[in-house]
Amino acid sequence: MKKLIAEGFQPIDTLIKPNTNNPWSWKDKLFLGLTPQEYMKQLFRNPFNWILAIIYAVGIPILVGRFIFGLGWATHSSYDYPWGLFLGWGLFVMVPLSASGFMMGTTVELFGRKDFKPIERLGLLNGLLGYFFAVVFLEVDLGQPWRLVYPMFVSLGPAAVLFLVAWHVATYLSVQIAELVPATSELMGWVKPKKFIKSIVLGLTIAGIILSTLHQGALGALFTYAPGKVHPLWFSAAFQWFHFFCSSIFGGLSMLIVVSTLSKWFLQWRCDANFSKNLDRITLGIAKGCSMALITYLVIKLVALAHDNEWGYLLTGWGQLYIFEMTACVILPLVLFTMAIRTNRAGLARFAAFIAVFGIALNRLNTVLITFNWQLYQEIPHWREFVIAITVYATYIVVYRAVLYRLPILYTWQGDSK
Amino acid sequence: MKKMNRRNFIKGSLAGGIATAAAAGKAKKASAAGGDFGGYPDSMGVLVDLTKCVGCRTCEAACNKEQGLPEPDKPFDDLSVFDEHRHGGLPRRTTEKAYTVVNRYNVEGREHPLFRKFQCNHCNEPACLTSCFVNAYTKTPEGAVIYNPKVCVGCRTCMIACPFYVPAYSYSSAINPVVKKCIMCYDTRLKFGRPPACVESCPQGVMTFGKRKDLIALAHEKIGGNPGKYVEHLYGEREVGGTSWMYLSDVPFDKIGFDMHLGKEPIISYVKDFLAIVPMVLCIWPALFTGFHLLSTRKQANKEESPKA
Repeated sequence: MKKLIAEGFQPIDTLIKPNTNNPWSWKDKLFLGLTPQEYMKQLFRNPFNWILAIIYAVGIPILVGRFIFGLGWATHSSYDYPWGLFLGWGLFVMVPLSASGFMMGTTVELFGRKDFKPIERLGLLNGLLGYFFAVVFLEVDLGQPWRLVYPMFVSLGPAAVLFLVAWHVATYLSVQIAELVPATSELMGWVKPKKFIKSIVLGLTIAGIILSTLHQGALGALFTYAPGKVHPLWFSAAFQWFHFFCSSIFGGLSMLIVVSTLSKWFLQWRCDANFSKNLDRITLGIAKGCSMALITYLVIKLVALAHDNEWGYLLTGWGQLYIFEMTACVILPLVLFTMAIRTNRAGLARFAAFIAVFGIALNRLNTVLITFNWQLYQEIPHWREFVIAITVYATYIVVYRAVLYRLPILYTWQGDSK
Repeated sequence: MKKMNRRNFIKGSLAGGIATAAAAGKAKKASAAGGDFGGYPDSMGVLVDLTKCVGCRTCEAACNKEQGLPEPDKPFDDLSVFDEHRHGGLPRRTTEKAYTVVNRYNVEGREHPLFRKFQCNHCNEPACLTSCFVNAYTKTPEGAVIYNPKVCVGCRTCMIACPFYVPAYSYSSAINPVVKKCIMCYDTRLKFGRPPACVESCPQGVMTFGKRKDLIALAHEKIGGNPGKYVEHLYGEREVGGTSWMYLSDVPFDKIGFDMHLGKEPIISYVKDFLAIVPMVLCIWPALFTGFHLLSTRKQANKEESPKA
């Protein structure tokens, strides 16, 4: 792509072909205004695509195998560890990292902070895709994925926490799709849908906040069903939901910083001046949000320790893991974010965001897999589970990139669609 | 007027409405029983006197036959299974092929090893039931916790929730994997007032079938009537809200694989903290955040209004 841009190529950002009256066809839009041959050429030039090709060559047969031979073939079929990487990584890590959608909606639409507008759509997209692929991971993990709608329409168990998660994730997915209708409308040249969404955006945003508060919290509350199985340092009946909710705030925001950084590095050609010039300022603004969520999280984690009087566990081996998690993944990014804000260094905030994202992943995996069954034995997931998880995650990246290439997320549409 | 409100309410937030109803339902259940369901009054149960068990595995064979389970890897008269260890050096557990297993424990200071039968304990307030989002589990008035494989999605939250690590899953099936666990022979026996197959098959009379409340009285009589024979604890009387299967032992329970840290509260008690916030968030957030919106855009609104004044 860099090479094409250097040669004077301009990717589509209008409805009408420049210097003519003809609108771009859907085919033009699909290939960014390149001919199919040119498009394929740039695909092959990109080394990242070769990595993807290798992942798919190994991963797709194994993913297909999981559905032909069953979960018993793809996993250890553990009765003691019924949840492995598919949910541990795909649901419990991806959902908090996708909280950016409701955070940016709240900032821009609800608090009226129009100065964050350039990154709002990236936040929404990060949310939508994260949730969508969390559902994909869930479908890989469910014993009978074709029964996914059973909790909605066939047999309801409304008193269960997972019931709430199912309904909220489903509803929230529709909210996020609605929130991204304007971007799609611009590309497709629709007028009415965009207007309609604009008229209900406040309602959508508030719905997003409610649904996110509850299902982010509910993912934590799922583990309150296993009080004896999750290590006490990662378990708190009273605060589990708040730990998960509060950490999803800086998790989602940090992921947004990470994604915007990756876009800045690898998709520079697609970012317009409005995005690129504002990014440092916005990154520091988001960093402020992160630091506030981090300090709240740190305090409530300590409150939970005091509430259940678990200080003694800090001296055990599990305590060391806990102290590492809190120091390296909460206190360190908190300090780095604060330094970045005070010294006005966006680069430092980006570094802190990478650590915070790693921290969320570590915290969720600690809760779901590593400290789970701490009194029984540790289990390392089957290698096929790793391969499948990487394959699905690679697909997430592919779809993410494909959307960023096309929809007006990183750039502003130069059209008349209002 | 009332109808109108209700319709608007449902229209307003379908998911929200259901979640509220869920939370309200839970709250109602809790208050009706003073925070503790405590089980059906005439529920049946089984009292297991572990001191009598000789480890013949007849009950395992009876269960296998009654439930139509696949043939085991080793025949039921093969006692070498007691030396088997699964991951982590743990003794055998229930699997998709075995709803009950007997394990041997060599306890220091006891002349003979002690054998422990293990199966679903059929809790009064089962964690599997309360965690299931498709209502696949039912606690019958007779005391059994039964499972409906026709609605199970296979999320396996019940396996996460069960404090006794009982439910197994038929991972081997790609088309129709389901949860596999003891149902106290509900369909074939309990429903008709007959004891489960394992109880009836036992040549040593280890297990006593009867009304749970009678069994509790009987157990305490046994403990009181034979001073020094049993440890003074009836396992299952109060653990996680009480279970239909209860155990007597002559060695401390934690030495023979019983979890002594489960507490008396049913598992759902730990979840109630979260369930309580659900209706609050649903009711308070809309007004609160609309208020925030009005506050944070006030300056702009004032600016737009001022020329009129």
